[in-house]
Amino acid sequence: MQSQSNFKYESQKLGSWYFTVAMILFGAQLVLGLVAAIQFIYPSFLYDILDFSIARMIHINALVVWMLYAMIGSVYYLLPDETGIETVGIGIGKLLFWVLTLAVTVVILVFVFIQVGPATQATIWLITEGREYIEAPRWADIGIVVVVVGFLINTFLTAMKGRRTGIMTVILSDMIALAGLYLAGMYFTDNISMDQYWWWWVIHLWVEATWEVMVGALAAYALIKIVGAKREIVEMWLWIEVAMLFGSGILGLGHHYFWIGTPEYWWEIGALFSSLEPLPLIGMFIHVLYDWGKEKGIKEGSGEDTTSNNTPALIWLISNGFGNFLGAGVWGFFHTLPQVNIYTHGTQFTAAHGHLAFFGAYATILIAMFYMAVQGKYGIKKLRATFASKMAIFLISFGVLGMGVALTIAGYEQVLIARAQLGATWNAFFVAQNQMWMSQAMDWRLIMGIVTTVGFVYLVKDLLTISKNPENVN
Amino acid sequence: MSRKKVSVWSDNRFWQRSAIWVTGFASLLLIWLTFDTMGQISMGNQKDIDNHITKRVPSATVINYEVEYNMNQNRGHEVPVIGGDDGKGNSLFKVKEKFFGRDDYTQKEANALLHLGKLASQAKNCMDCHTLLGNGAYYAPDLTKAWLDPAWGKNGPMQAMTGKNTKEEAMAEFLQHPGKYPTHARMMPNLGITPKEAIGLVAFLKHMSTIDTNGFPRGFGKIKEGVVYAKSK
Repeated sequence: MQSQSNFKYESQKLGSWYFTVAMILFGAQLVLGLVAAIQFIYPSFLYDILDFSIARMIHINALVVWMLYAMIGSVYYLLPDETGIETVGIGIGKLLFWVLTLAVTVVILVFVFIQVGPATQATIWLITEGREYIEAPRWADIGIVVVVVGFLINTFLTAMKGRRTGIMTVILSDMIALAGLYLAGMYFTDNISMDQYWWWWVIHLWVEATWEVMVGALAAYALIKIVGAKREIVEMWLWIEVAMLFGSGILGLGHHYFWIGTPEYWWEIGALFSSLEPLPLIGMFIHVLYDWGKEKGIKEGSGEDTTSNNTPALIWLISNGFGNFLGAGVWGFFHTLPQVNIYTHGTQFTAAHGHLAFFGAYATILIAMFYMAVQGKYGIKKLRATFASKMAIFLISFGVLGMGVALTIAGYEQVLIARAQLGATWNAFFVAQNQMWMSQAMDWRLIMGIVTTVGFVYLVKDLLTISKNPENVN
Repeated sequence: MSRKKVSVWSDNRFWQRSAIWVTGFASLLLIWLTFDTMGQISMGNQKDIDNHITKRVPSATVINYEVEYNMNQNRGHEVPVIGGDDGKGNSLFKVKEKFFGRDDYTQKEANALLHLGKLASQAKNCMDCHTLLGNGAYYAPDLTKAWLDPAWGKNGPMQAMTGKNTKEEAMAEFLQHPGKYPTHARMMPNLGITPKEAIGLVAFLKHMSTIDTNGFPRGFGKIKEGVVYAKSK
């Protein structure tokens, strides 16, 4: 970090550290994603050196960790704004940042260089837990819990001492749930049905409940900051969103319990509640557009400048509203009914949904937070979009959407040929993989992955240089 | 009330309370269902098999029995059938099947094999290429019912490829030396799986195939074209 910081509070600086690491991990996610995408087309690429399993594992873990970093960073960043005071234990906060970053580095190095181990508990404790998304070894789990508990205490004490806002109340209760749920993923059992039952408590109740509420809170904060929306109204919406998100998302968990050995009643529970999951996402999209339009109208009426004080952040915020609805809502709903899911479960369809949802729901709003941090750091009153800002948003959104469409086509093909037509065997799987439609889809996925990565390069350039561009700053 | 009358629909307190009630209710319902599900998916033991009790996740000792995946008339979809079919898709728990030359694994031995196999499945990151119970990555075939894949069976091409005489030996051989038996340009990497770990993994796969997955995957291994070995690409 450069020295010319305009941050009034150390907490904001700490937030920006988290953002920096998040961006580095975001880059790692893209690079490893490209490796895995190439392996789909040229399977001998890095075979027995950096196999698909390893590339893919780092691809999804870097994703989860960069988003957690960016969320923690966002909380540290907005904490002084919301509470009106400096974060209480800022020294400990910084120490925990370095501890966490060191741990993440060690975990990644072990993933890359050691990869797998013998079938012993030592492997689970030291190398990998081998459970998708939360492969981090047990020692790191415990480290993560310690760091997160420290972070929670820090934010809690700060919020108690300073001003209490609705946004802070939501964030605090949400972070407690988020941290508590991680514990459900920290145990070993020989019973794979039991294993996956609790594993989904972490994965689903994170990304379809607590993370979504976090997005709602961040969007509320961003609307106040960059659009100038009225707090009372934004916070009322936030409470409605919390009710709808948790009301649908918590029991929407049932859609992961259709086929893992769990009883049939999850068909009905999962189908009903997860079908409701898109509703709050539609609400959030309308909310963002409505507030933006309303505030713009008020300014126009009083003859003020109607441009936002942070155009890049605003564009990312709006794409969050739309992307969340499209990727998480629409693509999720496509295959959430058990009647459809019996064929789509475990196909590229899920990958299509995963790409669109993680991007639309989370990457977008977190990038908006990065731009807000840049604005805060350099004390910029009005931040306008540069050429690089526009290229970044266009290429990243277009690239991810392209990957999503390609994977959706691959998924359809797999569903019809491997599942419906040929009955899901080993050979059925490969017959479907050999189909022209699958290989075309995989080619397009790689191309669109490259487009996304070029967009990412623009994003990095923009975040680093936008403050130095006098035309876009005043 | 001297305060100005505000509509409840635009009252923050009302929505805050609603959020708390809705969240609380959903959480309680989830916890209640979790208790029920825990009971239903806890792993059975040999006593259940002796008493002909069908468990959703049966005892590890199912490795001593023949396993099929047949249409159950009551439920209207396929279910794992252990030790013979009564003609309606229910398990008879009678017909045994040798597993690495034995069909008398004790509870303790079977548990130990399953434990080793489950550990190996995590230690080798199976889930980051394959799907297990449909969850994981989509680079390699689903393993939920892999044990029942006719390709590994008596006249199956995969068994023939490894030169072994039984399904379990063929699978164990493949797992130890996947590079030697390419079934596709996309080959399984060599993960240093030991002979012991391979036996554990095959036990884990056989056990997984007996889990009642509510008919997933539908029609597994039932369609002829789906099992003919096509060494393509």
